Amino acid sequence: MITTDILIIGAGPTGLFTVFEAGLLKLKCHLIDALPQPGGQCSEIYPKKPIYDIPAYPEILAGDLTTNLMEQIKQFEPGFTLGERADTIEKQEDGTFVVTTNKGTKHKAPVVAIAGGLGSFEPRKPKLENITKFEDNGVEYIIKEPELYRDKNVVIAGGGDSALDWSIFLSDVAKSVTLVHRRNEFRGALDSVEKVQELKDAGKINLITPAEIKGILGEDKVTGVLIEKKGEEPFELATDHFIPLFGLSPKLGPIANWGLEIEKNAIKVNNALDYQTNIPGIYAIGDVNTYPGKLKLILCGFHEATLMCQSAFQRIFPDKKYVMKYTTVGGVEGFDGTKKEAPKAVVKAIE
Amino acid sequence: MQDVNIKVTDRNGVEHEIVAPTDMAMNLMEVIRSYELAEEGTIGICGGMAMCASCQCYVKSDHELPEMTDDEDAMLAEAFNVEDNSRLGCQIQITPELEGLEVELAPED
Repeated sequence: MITTDILIIGAGPTGLFTVFEAGLLKLKCHLIDALPQPGGQCSEIYPKKPIYDIPAYPEILAGDLTTNLMEQIKQFEPGFTLGERADTIEKQEDGTFVVTTNKGTKHKAPVVAIAGGLGSFEPRKPKLENITKFEDNGVEYIIKEPELYRDKNVVIAGGGDSALDWSIFLSDVAKSVTLVHRRNEFRGALDSVEKVQELKDAGKINLITPAEIKGILGEDKVTGVLIEKKGEEPFELATDHFIPLFGLSPKLGPIANWGLEIEKNAIKVNNALDYQTNIPGIYAIGDVNTYPGKLKLILCGFHEATLMCQSAFQRIFPDKKYVMKYTTVGGVEGFDGTKKEAPKAVVKAIE
Repeated sequence: MQDVNIKVTDRNGVEHEIVAPTDMAMNLMEVIRSYELAEEGTIGICGGMAMCASCQCYVKSDHELPEMTDDEDAMLAEAFNVEDNSRLGCQIQITPELEGLEVELAPED
């Protein structure tokens, strides 16, 4: 069981900045995110795109914003459970919460801050009627263990970087790799496109374009797929695995069933005070919440995180006296023993 | 200022006649959101970067539309339910030329 003061669900910019504000109050944080890396949408959807409305940054790339936030919070030593989705929450008798992920990792904290953005990123599944039946029986949306494909026949569908990169990688591992894409053109790093071209010419990747997978064949396990080349009759291709790689899209997911008040796919909070939800001790901050006048902006998430931490502190230490201190005055004392502070003025008399 | 009239068929098949401003630098996805013709969180997920296909729509009138960028083209190559008349709403700026445009929202992913 992982224990912490504030359990943050979502490691996007709002969740990351929460660690800083909590750290100033000497509260420890642990973050859960379904993605394998921190940064949320900033690293998953648009790391190379600029943002122009982060105060004091006339322009910053979304990826750099994540890097900077990680640097800003490192002395508060946040814990991370990455690549796992927060699935269930249980309130304990002592008022704390236990949050369990889809992989069974348990986290315990007196305060839960949902900074889940648009939800957890889930693979986009092609619309094939029997596809769910074959999940983990030959259909995988994410490649976790490449060894699974050793000496197997593999069909990959998709036209982006991950489809290209995995086709290249698996061409060395699998018995055969077939890449199916709706277009003749591929969107991906130039290197990857050229490499796939090379492997195709060398007969190591079987490229079928423009084409789509129209069906999955098999009883309990995948034994083949039905491929339709544009303007031609569909044909069957025997395969052991079918890997559709069509990117990820965010879904609110299990959080929707936690008993929180939901409106317009977002969690209703008290914006007059502390961004608490209808369940005391559970807060929602950033893009995942809603209140009158809500704007889904990173800078608004930072503000919400800051106020939420003050409320969390009072909840955890109801009897402790505290007033907010400027970091310029109080400095930043890390849990790792480091201390940042403003240099003292030099005082010297004139003779 | 000039407004244009646009017909939007929502995901439940209901047709809406809406008025869109041409002077607010808005795109079709944003106009549809401002009228709440699709549930928040199901349209414009990436915010208008042509990096998701949640604002995909089918263009039913024969208006001349801005040409597709490589980004939009590539996104539509990976989206589901794509037809020949598919476009991403976020890539269609509202201009006076769009008077009478008719579109239908593609199903949610």
